[in-house]
This record gives sequence, structure tokens and C-alpha cells, in this order.
Amino acid sequence: MSQENRRDFIKTTGAVLAAGFPSLVRGAQTANAVKVGLVGCGGRGTGAASQALKADDYAELTAVADVYQDRIDQCLAQLNRVNGAKVKVEAKNQFIGLDAYQKLIESGVDVVLLATPPGFRPGHLRACIEAGKHVFCEKPVAVDAPGVRHVLETAKMAKEKNLSLVAGFCWRYSNYVAATFEQIHSGAIGDIVAYYATYYTSPVKPMPPESTRPAGMSDVEWQIKNWYNFVWLCGDSLVEQAVHSADKVAWAMNDQPPVSCVAVGGRQIPAEGGNIYDHFEVNYLYPKDVRAFLGCRQIDNCWNENSDYILGTKGSCTIGRGPLPRITGEKTWTFEGQKNDMYQHEHDVLFASIRQSKPVNDGERMAYSTLLAMMGRMAAYTGQQITWDQALNSQERIFPDKLEWSGTLAVPPMARPGVTRLL
Amino acid sequence: MIRVCSRWFAAFSFLCAAISGARAAGVDFEGQIAPILITSCVPCHGGSKVMGGLRLTTRVGASKVIVPGSPEKSLLWLSIETPAEKTGAMPPGGPQLSKQERDLIRNWILAGAPWPNGVSLEGVKLAGAETASVSRFHDRIVQNTKETQASEMQPYKMAIPGTTVSFEMVPIPAGDFVMGSRDHKDESPPHKVRVDAFWMGKFEVTWDEYRLFMFSRDEGVDAVSRPTRPYVEMSFGMGIEGFPAISMTQHAANKYAEWLSAKTGHFYRLPTEAEWEYACRAGTTTAYSFGDDVSKLGEYAWYSANSGGKYQKIGTKKPNPWGLYDMHGNVMEWTLDQYSTEFYAKSPSGNPWNKSTAPYPQAVRGGSWMDPADQLRCSARVGSDPSWKQQDPQLPKSIWYETDAQGLGFRLVRPLRIPTAEEMDKYWNSGVEKDP
Repeated sequence: MSQENRRDFIKTTGAVLAAGFPSLVRGAQTANAVKVGLVGCGGRGTGAASQALKADDYAELTAVADVYQDRIDQCLAQLNRVNGAKVKVEAKNQFIGLDAYQKLIESGVDVVLLATPPGFRPGHLRACIEAGKHVFCEKPVAVDAPGVRHVLETAKMAKEKNLSLVAGFCWRYSNYVAATFEQIHSGAIGDIVAYYATYYTSPVKPMPPESTRPAGMSDVEWQIKNWYNFVWLCGDSLVEQAVHSADKVAWAMNDQPPVSCVAVGGRQIPAEGGNIYDHFEVNYLYPKDVRAFLGCRQIDNCWNENSDYILGTKGSCTIGRGPLPRITGEKTWTFEGQKNDMYQHEHDVLFASIRQSKPVNDGERMAYSTLLAMMGRMAAYTGQQITWDQALNSQERIFPDKLEWSGTLAVPPMARPGVTRLL
Repeated sequence: MIRVCSRWFAAFSFLCAAISGARAAGVDFEGQIAPILITSCVPCHGGSKVMGGLRLTTRVGASKVIVPGSPEKSLLWLSIETPAEKTGAMPPGGPQLSKQERDLIRNWILAGAPWPNGVSLEGVKLAGAETASVSRFHDRIVQNTKETQASEMQPYKMAIPGTTVSFEMVPIPAGDFVMGSRDHKDESPPHKVRVDAFWMGKFEVTWDEYRLFMFSRDEGVDAVSRPTRPYVEMSFGMGIEGFPAISMTQHAANKYAEWLSAKTGHFYRLPTEAEWEYACRAGTTTAYSFGDDVSKLGEYAWYSANSGGKYQKIGTKKPNPWGLYDMHGNVMEWTLDQYSTEFYAKSPSGNPWNKSTAPYPQAVRGGSWMDPADQLRCSARVGSDPSWKQQDPQLPKSIWYETDAQGLGFRLVRPLRIPTAEEMDKYWNSGVEKDP
């Protein structure tokens, strides 16, 4: 049994480019370096940087930004290990602080990777596009509706400036999930009747007890350190994690918005000073009485699952509950072939678009997928039915206007259905 | 100076030089404080785990919980003084540091908490710390184990202490067999091998068992490192109760074995490739343990033709002649060996083990629910691949999960002969768990 045969059954490796995207011609057009800057040097940001460096022969990392030097040190140590020749970050281009992204943008980079907690995203993205930078933008892209609208404007600006904007809604860059939605859109299960998406997992980055907060650490620093537990930073679990499921629902519905939704949600695990829920169940109403249900939970020792069940008039499709999507009904279909590395593919597409001056712009789509999850949160928080227009036009600003590293910042109480109002 | 360097396993010369300054100040940072921090704090507050955002490996990091001169205002001292059962007690879940250790920390903080310039405890191991816990486990295993002769080996079923979850072991007699097959390049040449007696898991390790290791925290086995929390749902909706655990790294399987050994007082480890194939063949010489007739495979195994695109409950097909279930199919199984196409030609004949010198490829056996029949043969081999972690979006990649290998599990063996503590250490710590 050779290593090659191995690929028959663990179907991985290889960058299979999805149809419609320009293929990458490595180093053929120009020898000019593409300078990459990374904002947010955590595990995901470091991963994104390694993929960016692999995506183009002449990509090089020249600047990094974070709120902690030790984060930067670890990130660079990792990247040096995997792709050292392309890591060219001088000490003067290591920026620390809440304004570090601005300094990074001004340091002469061509592409910026945005991988901080999502609350910062609208501001960071705007600054990048205004400065004429191409962007890889991690999901979700905002934590409140004003942020979503801001991103929509920024996406338009990017289009006008011919800048590439690739979103980290990674499933859109997965060849086997793309092939599945291609089947659905070509009528393999008839018309969609209902969509049930699950995102039941264990807790992500749980909040440490307040007693472990170091003496003298400001509210802002403490909350950013534990960003996953605060709505202003992460948008809540539905918006931060299960947004991947919302994005697939949007994909199935051809990125057309729902009419409205109702939702339930709450928290069972002690919040320890955080204010996010640990479970949601959203029921979306689409035109023609089509329904989409999205359940998510982050509690240990429960039924865990991350799947999509799509019911149509002529069959059904399951993504998850096994590695390969499948369609049953009038037509049966299973994905055959090698799965691509979707994270790598995001960057392959981004850098190819830059090289070929054919900008990719995921901006509107990423904003609407974020809003789709967010309207579920709004419905769960308030206990009310929320229409798409209400969600899109909500005036509630969750991300603070002014933020100082050493500043105080009160945490609003956790939302209570029937009491909390949609602003 | 010499004493300093010998005490820290990975001590760097600059570290030794810097530390002499702290000693001059009258506080033995290296001899007394650093060992406490390294042993009790850094496992959660250093490396890739920075619980609560606190990194206790550098002076700057530690300064967030220390007010020099004032233990009563220093969270470090307050939290180690908090009784183990109270909220905020450190280390969490106990046991509390000894009075002597707490006093050392207190006096150090009173003395201004001197921390030599440039000294980082990141990645520093105390000489012998790992082997200290291993030899503790070893001593207990030696005391606890009654069987010394092959004739005393019986099949047994045992609950994991403190739980209602049990597992079953089947005795496998010592013997000779011909390992490999001449029909496949990486299974050649066939060669005669002798293996000593061992018990082997009757079934593949289930989620019921493995999740105890993943999620529960218990005293006494704190020295065994545990998996980080998975970002995605690791059963991929294929089922948990009674289903095989999947998508763990070889390192994770090794640590499970160490954890189970610490819990039960018996020595468990992954099988070598030779032990695995010997047990799979169960005295047969055919492609499968039931013969060469592929049409019968469905009676014995879950594989691509009958699995319905997912793994199935353990033990629901026929066992092999030695009473082992799912050796063919369901999930493929980790072994201890480095996968090598050259090793068979030079393999020793007694208890061969091709020790790992690189993270990839490691040898995996038995084929899985997603494999074609050929891959389920007794002698079929597979090497692990970095693409098995493709779905991990982070860097560094996890040392615990092979998220993309959803047909990958393991079962354990328990050799009759109890190895030395040094040997146990080698079985449980491959030293190549980090991706290149």
C-alpha cells in the first residue's frame, strides 16, 4: 500500500480550485513582493498568515499588530518555523496596542489579514480599504447592525477602488461543500422546503473566574483577553461560531434574505462576568413559507453535532454526520474526489486575484451572513419576532465608540427575553 | 552554576548566568521558586495554554499577579492560599501546594519577588519531572499487578475507577508469525517475528472511555497532560455511546494509555505494528483472519461497502479467532511504530518496534468504515499524513486532534511483562508529537 493509495480513503490534500476563480500562476507575472500585514496574532491569525505566505511565491510578511508582545513573539516563532524565508518583520514593524492596526497599515503593506476579535472588524476593515489595501477578513465581520451597515459601505468602497476583499467564511472555499450547493442549486433535491442546521459543541474559551483577574488589569484589557465571553467583542456564540451554519443557510437560499425569525436562547453555565448565551435555536421564515432552523449550544456532555439537513421537494441533502455530503431522493449523489484545504484556498484565490487584477469581493455576502446570525441573536435576546429590515436597521451600538486600553468598561447585563428591547 | 544547569532539563546557558544574580540577592529563584512555578502553574499558564490570559513564565507575565513586597495583595499568593475546594483556588481542583511551598512563594514575594532579567520558564522542564510521575505510576503498577506467568492471564472486564464505564481485555499468547505480505511493496518482505504475551482490547476504545480522559479532571493523575478543548464536534454527529473514539493523534492515544495506567494500576500502551498484526491474524495466514474470501468481509467488518458512510457501534460484527472485534474495519487503529517501507527488511525478529524519529508518517492498521476491502487486510499498512490536520485553522496545529481523519481510532494492549519506568516513559512519550 503506497502513500498515494492512501488518498483514496482519507480524501484530502491538493488545492482544487473551485470553478469561477482564476487559477494561480505562481510567480509568472511579476517578481514584485506582495507585502502582507497581520492584525491579530492568535492561533487563527498565525494560521492565516502561514496560508498567505504559501499562496504566492513572492508574498512576504512584513508587519504584525497585536495588543501583546508575547503573542507577536509566539506568532513569529511559529511562522519562522514553517516559512522562515518569507517572514521579514523588523522590530519597528511590530506594533502593539489598540491603534497598532493603523500603524501597520501605514507601514507599507499591500495586503492586510484581519484576525482580531470580531468587534474590531468594521473599524479595521474601513481603515484598510481607505488606505487602498487588499484584505483577508475573518468571520464574523461585525457584532452589531451599525457595524454590518458600516461593512456594507466599506465593501462598496472596495469595489470602487478595485480592491480584493476575501472573507473567512471558509466553507464557501471548500470544494466539496461548493459542489454540494451546486447540486442543490441545479435542482438535485427540487425546491428547498426546510433547512435544519446544527452547531452543538463544547464551550469555546470559557470565562475564568473574576478572582483570577490580575491586580490592576483594566476592564478593557480583561475583557479583550477573554473576548469570547463578551457580546461587544464576539457578538455572542451564535454570531461568532454558528455563523458558519448561518452562512450555509444563506448560501442555500442564494444569499436572499429571510422575511423574519423568532428564536429562543439563554445560558446555563455560570457566566462568570461575561454576558453571552450558551445556546440558541432560531427559526427563520423565508419567502414561500420556506423555513430554516439553526440550533447551537456550547455545553459539555451533551449531544454534539455540526451538520446541515436540507429538505427539498424531490429529495434531501445531508452535510455532516460523516465526512462526505450526500443527496438522497429522486437523485442520489455523494461528493467524490479529494477535499481541498479550504483555508489555503481562501488565500490562493485572494493572491491570484491581486496578481491578475481581477478583484474578488465577498464584502456584501459576508455582511449579510453575519446579519443573518445576528438577527437570530436579536430575536432570542428580545423574545420578539424580528424582521430582516428591523435587524438591518437596528440602531443598537454594542461596540463602544471610544476604547482605551486602561479604561473602565461596564458589562451590560445578559439579555432577558421579554425585558430586553431591540433598539 | 553546575548545580543550576543540571536541575533544569532544558536550561540555557544565559539562564544559568542570569540566575546567579538572583541567588546573590539571597533568594533562591532557580532552586526553590522556579520549580514550584514550573510544576504547578506553568502547565496552565504558559506555552500554548494561557489560562485566564495569565502567563507565569516571564517576569512581565508574572507581574500581573504579584505585588512585590505584598503577598496579601498578590493574586498568586492569595490563590495558592485558597483551600482547594473554594472558588479561585490554584491549582484548580487541587491538591493545594504544601505549606512549605506556599511559604517559599510568600517569602519570595516579601523579598520583592526577584526574577532574573531575561529568564523565561517557557519550555523549561525540571530534570526528571516527567520520569518522576512515570516512576510513581510504575511503582504502583508493579505493586498492583498479580499476573507474572502466561498461564495466569485471563480475559477481564474492568470499570475505569470512579466511573461506570468499563472495557474488556483478551489474553493473547506469545508466539511466532510471518509478518507482512509479498504482494504489496510496503508489506514486503514477509518475515518471521516473535512477540511476547499481552492482553489486547477486545474492542476499539469508545467515546465513553475516551471522553472521560478528554473532559474529566481528577486527582492523582494530574501529571498526565490532557487534550485541549476541541473547536469542532469530534464525533461529527456519527454517535457517541458505544461508538469508537476517532480523530485523535498518536500522542493523544499515548497519553490516554498513560492516563488509564495511572487510573487502573495496570500498564497500558498502544500495540506495536507487529503485535497488532499478530493479534489481527490470530494464527491465520490468509489476507483476512477468516480467509481470503472478500465476499465474507461484511460479516466481520464495517467498511466502505456496508458502513453507510459512518462508523458503527463496536462489537456488532463477528470477532476474529482470538475473540477480538473490529480488527478489520470500523476505525483504523494507531500503533506505536514509525511507518517505514524499509523497516521490514531489517526488522529484528523479537518484538520489533520501529521507534519514531519524525512526526510523520506513523503506522496505522486495520482500515476503516470509509475504506475499500483491500485496506482492511491483516497486513495492510498506512502512514499518517499532515493533511489529517488540514481542517485545523490554527497555527501551531493541535497535537491532540487529527480532525480530518474521521476513520482513525485505536485500541490498547497490556504486556504481561511490566516494563521499567524508563521504558514506560518511551512508550508514552514519542517525542515527535509536534508538527514540523
